[in-house]
Amino acid sequence: MTAALAANAVLDRVYLEIRCKLLDVAACLDRVERAEGGDRVQSDPRLMQIKQGIGILSSGQLDRAERIQMLFSDAYIANWNRREKPATNGAERR
Amino acid sequence: MYYIDPHVHMISRVTDDYERMARMGCVALSEPAFWAGFDRGSDESFRDYFRQLTGFEPTRAAAVGIQHFTWLCINAKEAESVSLAREVISVIPEFLDRPNVLGIGEIGLNKNTLNESTIFREQVDLAMKTRELILIHTPHLSDKFKGTRMIVDMLLEDPRVEPERVLIDHVEEHTVRVARDEGFWCAMTLYPLTKCTPARAVDIIEMYGDERIMVNSAGDWGPSNPLAVPDFIMEMRRRGHADSKIKKVVYDNPLEFFRQARNFKFVPPDTVLDDERTVIAK
Repeated sequence: MTAALAANAVLDRVYLEIRCKLLDVAACLDRVERAEGGDRVQSDPRLMQIKQGIGILSSGQLDRAERIQMLFSDAYIANWNRREKPATNGAERR
Repeated sequence: MYYIDPHVHMISRVTDDYERMARMGCVALSEPAFWAGFDRGSDESFRDYFRQLTGFEPTRAAAVGIQHFTWLCINAKEAESVSLAREVISVIPEFLDRPNVLGIGEIGLNKNTLNESTIFREQVDLAMKTRELILIHTPHLSDKFKGTRMIVDMLLEDPRVEPERVLIDHVEEHTVRVARDEGFWCAMTLYPLTKCTPARAVDIIEMYGDERIMVNSAGDWGPSNPLAVPDFIMEMRRRGHADSKIKKVVYDNPLEFFRQARNFKFVPPDTVLDDERTVIAK
């Protein structure tokens, strides 16, 4: 199934919505920065993640939402279930 | 439009919500067993919970013409206590023949721990031994991608698991392919803040198609909206999608998946019943 609307019709629908959300993000970032200790949280990893996310927004390609999801995701560890050491927390491994 | 909400925790909702859902076209729902917001103290608490899911909630739903189905399990969060979880697992078979039970769920992972994975495997084993469908909860936020991959790993390592009999829930942009590429069903949960919004769910349908996918409200005791599926329907219509396409996602797909359950007896909304609720016309 593909999108049923043409791009200009989609843009007509979402333009004000995007504008509103951008303003929300801008105001939230301002709020953090002008709060007491705002300068000290500038290196908080969460804020760094958010800034990376903003970078993804302004990049090209179609998968911006998926890339932002991955930015906020823990890494998968391949073969996590095939380690040979016994568990130390009472759980059983297979 | 008639619709089915395949994941909604009505135990947390008032009767008014049942009525509002019925007015919006909901004809059936399924309610997985989940975390109550606090850790329960014993298996007896779960026995009472299962009695509520298989007795009282179907009665409340029927009062407004909604058919209520349910899933039984110990949820991933309380599965961290392996001993309690095993006691609860031993209780579940008492209820599996109740007429509204669809299978084992929502089992899964919460913080992706070893204890959770141990109990996940044991509940999959129960489902295989009792020939039940499985409904799976995937973790929240940063744990979701890793946890969904771990869940799929565990399902694939058990040769008895038939992917078409498993529904992986709460998928989003980064996990929808993880679930569907291996042949599992999947569902998107429509939440105000976390998980999917109705608009993003429609985006995912547009990008990945409408096969083996459904949407739900997962209405519960937290911020949630039991009318989120109608919001999805409205968003699909606003974008010009045909009602037949919308119906496939919100009605036909849940039915196709649920029909595999041995207890599933669905009476379509346009069915005429006699006084003893026997079907006399369709």
